[in-house]
Amino acid sequence: MEYRSPGSVREAVDLLAAHGGGAHVLAGGTDLLVKLRGGYVAPEVVVDVKAIPQLRGIGEDARGFRIGAATSCAEIGEHAALAAAWPGVVEALQLIGSTQIQGRATLGGNLCNASPAADSVPAMIAAGVVCEVAGPAGQREVPVETIVIGPGRTALARGELVVAFRLPKPQDRSGDAYLRLIPRTEMDIAVVGAGVALALDEQGVCTHARVALGAVAPTPLLVANAAAALIGTRVDDVALAALAAAASAACKPIDDKRGTVAYRIKVAGVLARRAAHIALERAQAR
Amino acid sequence: MPKHHVTTTINSDPVEFLCSSEQTLLDVLRDVLGLTGSKEGCASGDCGACSVMLDGRLVCACLVLGVEVEGRKVETIEGMAQGDRLHPLQQKFLEHAALQCGVCTPGFLVAAKALLERKPDPTETEVRYWLAGNLCRCTGYDKIVRAVLDAASEMRRN
Amino acid sequence: MNDVTMKGLSERLFKVVGTRPLRPDGVDKVTGRAKFGADIHVPNMLIGKVLRSPHAHARIKSIDTSKARALPGVKAVITSADLADLPSEFIPAGEMMVNYRDMTRNVMAREKALYEGHAVAAVAAVSEAVAAEALKLIAVEYEVLPHVLDVAQAMEPGAPLLHDNMYTIGVEPKPAKPSNVAKRVEFALGDVAAGFAKADVVVEREFTTKPVHQGYIEPHACLASVSEDGQAELWCTTQGHFIVRSFCAKLLGMELAKLRVTASEIGGGFGGKTVVYLEPLALLLSRKSGHPVKMVMSRTEVFRATGPTSGARVWVKIGATRDGRITAAEALLKYEAGAFQGSPVQPGCMCAFAPYDLDNVKVVGFDVVVNRPKVAAYRAPGGPIAEFAVEQVIDELAKRLHLDPVELRLKNAAKEGTKAAYGPKFGPIGMVQTLEAARAHPHYRAPLKANQGRGVASGFWFNIGGETCAALNLGEDGTVTLVAGTPDIGGSRASLAMMAAEELGIAVDKVRPIIGDTSALGYNFLTGGSRVTFSSGMAVIEAARDVIRQLCERAAKIWEVAPDEVIWEDGHARSGKLALSLAEIAETAGKTGGPIVGNAAINAQGAGPSLATHIVDVEVDPETGKVTILRYTAIQDAGKAVHPSYVEGQMQGGAVQGIGWALNEEYIYDKDGRLENPGFLDYRIPVCSDVPMIDTVIVEVPNPRHPYGVRGVGETPIVPPMAAIANAVENATGIRFTALPMSPPRVLEAIDAARASKI
Repeated sequence: MEYRSPGSVREAVDLLAAHGGGAHVLAGGTDLLVKLRGGYVAPEVVVDVKAIPQLRGIGEDARGFRIGAATSCAEIGEHAALAAAWPGVVEALQLIGSTQIQGRATLGGNLCNASPAADSVPAMIAAGVVCEVAGPAGQREVPVETIVIGPGRTALARGELVVAFRLPKPQDRSGDAYLRLIPRTEMDIAVVGAGVALALDEQGVCTHARVALGAVAPTPLLVANAAAALIGTRVDDVALAALAAAASAACKPIDDKRGTVAYRIKVAGVLARRAAHIALERAQAR
Repeated sequence: MPKHHVTTTINSDPVEFLCSSEQTLLDVLRDVLGLTGSKEGCASGDCGACSVMLDGRLVCACLVLGVEVEGRKVETIEGMAQGDRLHPLQQKFLEHAALQCGVCTPGFLVAAKALLERKPDPTETEVRYWLAGNLCRCTGYDKIVRAVLDAASEMRRN
Repeated sequence: MNDVTMKGLSERLFKVVGTRPLRPDGVDKVTGRAKFGADIHVPNMLIGKVLRSPHAHARIKSIDTSKARALPGVKAVITSADLADLPSEFIPAGEMMVNYRDMTRNVMAREKALYEGHAVAAVAAVSEAVAAEALKLIAVEYEVLPHVLDVAQAMEPGAPLLHDNMYTIGVEPKPAKPSNVAKRVEFALGDVAAGFAKADVVVEREFTTKPVHQGYIEPHACLASVSEDGQAELWCTTQGHFIVRSFCAKLLGMELAKLRVTASEIGGGFGGKTVVYLEPLALLLSRKSGHPVKMVMSRTEVFRATGPTSGARVWVKIGATRDGRITAAEALLKYEAGAFQGSPVQPGCMCAFAPYDLDNVKVVGFDVVVNRPKVAAYRAPGGPIAEFAVEQVIDELAKRLHLDPVELRLKNAAKEGTKAAYGPKFGPIGMVQTLEAARAHPHYRAPLKANQGRGVASGFWFNIGGETCAALNLGEDGTVTLVAGTPDIGGSRASLAMMAAEELGIAVDKVRPIIGDTSALGYNFLTGGSRVTFSSGMAVIEAARDVIRQLCERAAKIWEVAPDEVIWEDGHARSGKLALSLAEIAETAGKTGGPIVGNAAINAQGAGPSLATHIVDVEVDPETGKVTILRYTAIQDAGKAVHPSYVEGQMQGGAVQGIGWALNEEYIYDKDGRLENPGFLDYRIPVCSDVPMIDTVIVEVPNPRHPYGVRGVGETPIVPPMAAIANAVENATGIRFTALPMSPPRVLEAIDAARASKI
C-alpha cells in the first residue's frame, strides 16, 4: 500500500483517476483504518486529502456556509455561527462516534463511506446541502442525496472527489433537527435516524419542509410524502401524525444485528415526529 | 515498499521514526518507540484506550496512520506528568480510586485532560458524554467521573 | 453518597484497615508505566498468530502447512499434531478439577473444529505481517457439519452431536446413546410437592438469557521463551500464573519447576483469564523456533475464541402462603457450556435459592455443550442467570400477595443457622442486614414519574478460599516487602499491604507489595472466587504473625529475657518498660540471628458468603422501548471492608456490568453460526453516559473465619442487577420481561403486544 498526501485538488483527482478502485481516499480515517485492519480493503494507494487547502475549514459568504470535506467534526462543532444557523446538521455530525472519533471524522468521509446509517447525511439532505465535487472533467455541484446509491456505493465517477459542502443561509422562521435511535447513549451505529428541516410563514403555517431518514433503506431517504404532510399545516398533532405515518411508510429496512424491520419502521415515524417538533420550536424561536 | 521516514514531535520532544504505510500511530508508539502507555483494546476506535492528542485534538491512535504525523505534535500519557509531579487528574484518579485494573486509565486521563483544557467547569453529564468513547469494564465509571469533576474543581482553584 | 454502616462491629479497633490510602501500584498505572500483557518486547522476538476455524462445526480432514513453513521469515508452524493427546479424566489443579483431554482440544482443534474461532494452527514469524501472510498459506480441508448454538435445541434428540463419546453423567441408568448433555445435577431439601400443596399462591415462569462476554478491555497476550535445555519463561496476563504453569506444563509435558510464569499487570479478567489460550501455543512455538514468541489477540479473536458465560433456559416455581412464607421452591436450569463440558450450572443451582430460608427446595441442572467457545468463568459464574429468574418470581409473588418485595424477602431471608439446599448451614450472613438497609434507604421511597419504575433484587455468592502463600521480607531499615501470589486486578496490593501494616503496627507506606512469579512462592490458586482479600489477606496476616514471633524472639535475646515475657503492641516489642520498634529490631537483625522473613502457606477455609440487595429506577420510552437507568443503589455485606473505596468499586463495577447484561449485551450469530458482533461497536457494554452514579452502602457482618472479619466482595455485585432492572421495567410498564437482554426492539415489541391485547 502506497501513502500519498497531495497538496491540491488537481493532484488528488489525478491520483484517484489513475488508480480507480485501487485508490482509497483517506480523510479522517475512522472508517478506512478499521476496514484496512480487518482486511476488508487492500488499496494500492491511500490518498490523504487533508493537506489540500480547499478541503479544510469553514467559510461563510453571501450564499451561506462552505465546509471543507476533510474538516474534522470537532472543528465544525466549534463553529458558533454554523451551529446557530443549522443546529440539526451540527447535532447530527456531532453524534458521529466518540469525542476521539470527532477529532478525525469528516463530513466527506461520513457521506462517501456510503453507509445507510451515516448520521450526518439525513440531516444534510433535510437541510438541502449541496456537495462540490471535483473530477477529471472539472467541478460540479450536486445535492447530497444524489451521492449515495447503495450500501458502500456512491455516484462518484472515477477520479471524483467531494471537496466541500454548501449550506444555504437559513430562511426566516426556519429550523432543523436530527434524532437517531441507538441502544446506548453513545458509540453505536444508528438503528434509525431522522432529519427534518422546515420553515413557517408569518402565520406559523409551514411553507417548506424536507424530511430524510437513515438506516431504514439501502440509502438515506428523502421522503417527499413526509414533507408534504407538514406543508400547509401549522405542524400540529394531526400533521405530525401524518408525517410519522408517511415516514414509516417510506421505510424499506432489513432485519440485522442492530434492529428489526418492524422496529425500524415504527421508530422512523416516532423520530421523524419528534425531530419535526424540535425543528418547529426552533423555527418559531427564530 | 520502502518505509516512510517521519519527523514529528512527541511529548514536546523531536522524534524520528521509520514506518510502513500500513502501520498505525498506535503501532508506531508501542512497537517502534516503546511508548506502551497507550493501549490497544480494540483497534477500531471503539474503546479509547489508545487516546492521544494530535495537534491539540483528542484522537484514537489506532485510527491514525503513523505516516500522517509527519510535522505534527503528538501528546501521550507518558507526557502527562511534569518531571516527578503528577498532573492533577492523575492525582485525583489515585485519590478517588478511579481505577481498578488500570488498562483503560491512560486513555481516560488523556481524554479528561483534553476536556478540562476546553471546559474547565464541566457538568457531570458533560464529563460522561465526553468520556463515552473510553470504555472501562471495572469501575462502573462512578469514581472516574468523580475524579474528573474533583480535578476540574482543583484546577480552577489553582 | 457512599457510606459505611457498621453492623455487628467486631471488637477489634483497626488503625489501617477501613482507611483509604492511595494504592501502591497507582502511580505506574496513571503514568502509563505499568506493564500489561502486550507491553513487553524482548530482543530476537517473534510474533505468533493463530489460524482459526471459520466454521462453527467442522471435521478437520487435513491441514497442509508446507507453504507457510516455506515462507521466508516463518520460524515455526504448529497444529494439534504438535501437542500430545491426553486422556479424559478430571484431575486436580489446585482446587479445580480439570479435564486435559478437553483442554488440549480447546487450545488447538484436533479431530473437529467445534466453534467459529477455534484455533487450528499457529505460526511464529519475524513480523506480524509475515505471520499474517503465513496464516493465509495454511490449507485446511474441512467437512462442514451441522451446528447447534442454543441449549434447548442442543438437548433435542436429533441435535447435531459435538462429542460422540459424551454420555450424560448423573442419570441412572447410564444413557444408551451419547448426547450434548454432559451432566445432570440435583440439590434437594424437604418435600417440594408437600410444600406446594401448602401454598396459597404459586408463581411459575420460564426465563432465557443470552451468552455474554466478560468484556475485559485488555486482550489476551503473552510472551514465551523456551531454552534448549527445556527451561522456560512465560510472561502473561492472567488471573492465576500458578494455574497457567500447571496447565501449560501438563499440556506440553514440562516439569513445573522448569517453567517460570510471571503475571503481568492484568487489564481486567472477571473470570475470563482463568484459562489458557495462547500460552501453551507460544511456549510450543518458542520451543520449536528457538526464539522468544509474543502473541496478542485482537478484539475480534477475544470475542470469537474466549469467554463467554452461558446462555441459558431457567424454569422457576415458587409457592407461598397468604402471609408471605415461602412453602416450596423448585427450579430447572439448562446452561450452555460451549464446546466442552463445564458450564457453571452447578453453582447456578446452588445459588438459586440460597438467599432464602426454605424447607422444601428442589433444583435440577443440565450442563449442555453447544458450538461456541468453552465458557469461561464470569463473575459469580452461574449465579446471575439463576437469580435473574428467581428474583423475578419473588417479585411477582410479592405483587400477587400485595406485599412489599423487600418485606417478602425479609420474611424468608436466610440467616445464621439456615440450612442451604446445597448442604451447609450458614454462619453469620448479611441478607437481612442488606434488606433492612435497602428498606431504610431514601432511594427506596423517592417519588417516581410516569413511565418510571423501581425494582429490587437480592443476590448471593459463596466466595472461596483455597491454597495461598505469602511472604514478608524485612529490610534492615524496617520496611517490608510483601510478596503475594495472586495477580492484583482491582487493588488487592493495597488491601494486602494494609493488612500487613495493621498486623505489624507500622504505617502502610512502609509495606511494598509485589506479585511474585511462580518461582517466588509456593502454589497459589488464582485470583477468582472473590478470594484474594480473604485468602491472601489471611496468608499475609499469618506471615505477619510469623514476623512478629521472630521480632519478639530477637527483642528477648537483646534484652536477655524469656521470649514469653515479650509482647507485640503498636509496632513495638515490649517487655515491662522496655520497647523496641520494628525498625530498631530489623536494623540489628544481622547480629541477632540473621534476616527476618515471615512466611505463610495455607489452604484458606471459611470464606463466608456475601449477600447484596440492589435498588434501581428506570425510565422506559414507550415509543422506542429504550430503557434508561435513572438511579442505582447497591447494598452489600463486605464482612469488613479493608479498603472501602475498592469495595465500593467492586459494587459499582459489578452493577454496571449487570446493567449491560440486562439491557444490551448478547452474542448475535448468522445462520452459519458465525458471530456477527465480535467487537465493541455491536457488543454493547455500557459507556460512561449510559449510567448514573452508582450509590453504595457497605454493610459489615464480620466473617468469624477471617481474623479481620473479611468476606470476598467481587462477584456478588453482578448477581442482582438483571433481576432488579427487570423488576423495575415491570414496575414501569406492567410487562414482565423473562428474556435478556431487554434491548429497545424487544421492549417495544412487548409494549406494542401488550397494547394490542388490551384493545
